[in-house]
Amino acid sequence: MAGGTEGRFTGPDFYQMDSLLSEEERAVRDTVRAWVDEHLMPVIGECYMEGRFPKHLVPGMAELGLFGANLPEEYGCAGLNNVAYGLIMQELERGDSGVRSFASVQGALVMYPIYAFGSEEQKTQWLPRLASGAEIGCFGLTEPDYGSNPGGLITTARETKDGWVLNGTKMWITNGSQATVSIIWAKTGDINDAKSIRGFIVPTSTPGYTGKDQKGKLSLRASDTAEIHLQDVHVPKDAILPKSGGLKSPLSCLTQARYGISWGAIGAAMACYDEALRYSATRVMFDGPIGGTQLQQARLVEMLSEITKAQLLCLQLGRLKDAGTMTPQQVSLAKRNNVNMATECARESRRLLGANGILVEYHSMRHLANLESVYTYEGTHDMHTLILGQEITGLAAF
Amino acid sequence: MKIAVCLKRVPDTELRFTIAPDGKSLDTSGLKYEISTFDEYAVEAALRLNEAHGPGEVTVVGLGPAGMAELLRRAMSMGADRAVHLTAAEVPFDGAAVAEALAAVLTEGGYDLILLGRNATDTGSGSVGPMVAHRLGLPCVTAVSKLDVADGRGTAQRVLEGAVETVAFPLPAVLTIDEGLGRPRIPSLKGIMGAKKKPLDERPAQLGPVRLVVTSLVPPPERPAGRIVGEGADAVPELVRLLRDEAKVL
Repeated sequence: MAGGTEGRFTGPDFYQMDSLLSEEERAVRDTVRAWVDEHLMPVIGECYMEGRFPKHLVPGMAELGLFGANLPEEYGCAGLNNVAYGLIMQELERGDSGVRSFASVQGALVMYPIYAFGSEEQKTQWLPRLASGAEIGCFGLTEPDYGSNPGGLITTARETKDGWVLNGTKMWITNGSQATVSIIWAKTGDINDAKSIRGFIVPTSTPGYTGKDQKGKLSLRASDTAEIHLQDVHVPKDAILPKSGGLKSPLSCLTQARYGISWGAIGAAMACYDEALRYSATRVMFDGPIGGTQLQQARLVEMLSEITKAQLLCLQLGRLKDAGTMTPQQVSLAKRNNVNMATECARESRRLLGANGILVEYHSMRHLANLESVYTYEGTHDMHTLILGQEITGLAAF
Repeated sequence: MKIAVCLKRVPDTELRFTIAPDGKSLDTSGLKYEISTFDEYAVEAALRLNEAHGPGEVTVVGLGPAGMAELLRRAMSMGADRAVHLTAAEVPFDGAAVAEALAAVLTEGGYDLILLGRNATDTGSGSVGPMVAHRLGLPCVTAVSKLDVADGRGTAQRVLEGAVETVAFPLPAVLTIDEGLGRPRIPSLKGIMGAKKKPLDERPAQLGPVRLVVTSLVPPPERPAGRIVGEGADAVPELVRLLRDEAKVL
């Protein structure tokens, strides 16, 4: 038997979540699911082994309308609600976390800040080109010494007669090597003044800008991760995002992306559960399929339970987001819970697959390795614990 | 060209089926539905024809219960322009009854081509297409896997066992579509959003009399276990004897 996702993928839906989705939401989910089956699954193993992002898929993703799909149609986007957007992320990450990361960055971390903090000129100039994949974007907030504490960042933007000069280093930047445009967060005032953080739209062809591929990754290997150096990068006055101001601006982008990650993690978990379930039905040991053994059933039941809970959690989170009442702390809870549960599902599935589970033709170990990054980025699991701890006690432990 | 494509709503073939307690129908609990595979190929063929031959209109026609509307919108999200939903509580097994209802609406559309799938993924009888053609008095080519249309005439290829047959016909005509004309496209998100705004007419299906009924439905018998007749060269005579005398394949 070959890898677990032979044939068309049908995810688990134990609590009939489909009945809570609109026809349009289901249609969007099915479109992305079919695209992943047809275009991503045949190449992802090879891309992962070669440490290469499947860039050739970007035009197809753009044609479907996957980038910034929850932004308005007037800017060339699909204008979907947030549940449909979440389902897109779920389905992409069912394929690979790196490919979902690409879409998250393009949509939530590049298009969203331009949409939320940009001028009308910036929106009309950039959003349609980012939606169509003509431009690829990245988001420069994290620095070598400022990850969980982004307010301490030391990249500077100094105003000159005709614009701004940027200096600094950004690290762990998804899409960083191949991006044509970068959203750079820098301090325009004192280095200790987080309120002076502003966003800048920086074409990566600007002199002094370099993006260098991050080598040696054992996770997200089908994703482009880079380090960015800014040395006296001159940008015009209108490069600044006029409505950005303070750390809350980049953090609000991360809330958008993290919302998508909460859904994405379910996709990875569904892929692992599906693979484990199919394998357990056909793998014979001691004269019977291993699915008939108590230990493997316990694994499968645990996975299904956690996936089902996560599905309902995300659906309600999405409904709150559409109603405009979602809080960042609710997103923290979903990201923390779902990524952790997906990592556990991937690990248990890999173990159920026995020796075969270490091979690239099965997907669980790739998901497991990817999810270790997802566990760490966009606010580590631990940071979300502290954010939620503060939320419920009123006492900051960080 | 004005093209109509008839769609059938069938159970999703990826899901497991069970037979209902009545012993002649499927247990519908938990079933999901999709457009019958070859009907979706027919939609793709219609869209490609109009893309190649300039402006035209593709109308999708579906007969069935409320859930049919969702599948008609799916076809419109692929690119069809409008839809007609012929409402019926259930789709009779008798293709003649369905063909009568379809022909009643297809006759008024002024279509250059009427396309259907080669056969449905559930009942598989392939009868509705030819019956529609008969009722409309139009030529019919079945199982078309290549198609060219020019100057009011068409040429269709049919892949037979060991040969490819090319058939010429005048328009209008009824064609049943095989795979080979191109894989059905995946609807884009904009297509999905746009489909909601396209016209979907709903009217009761004027079904013909139902003369065929399914009297029983049973799963195929389980295959009996194989038999090992021996090992190595010593087993060959016995194997040959069994293949000749018992299995009667030699």
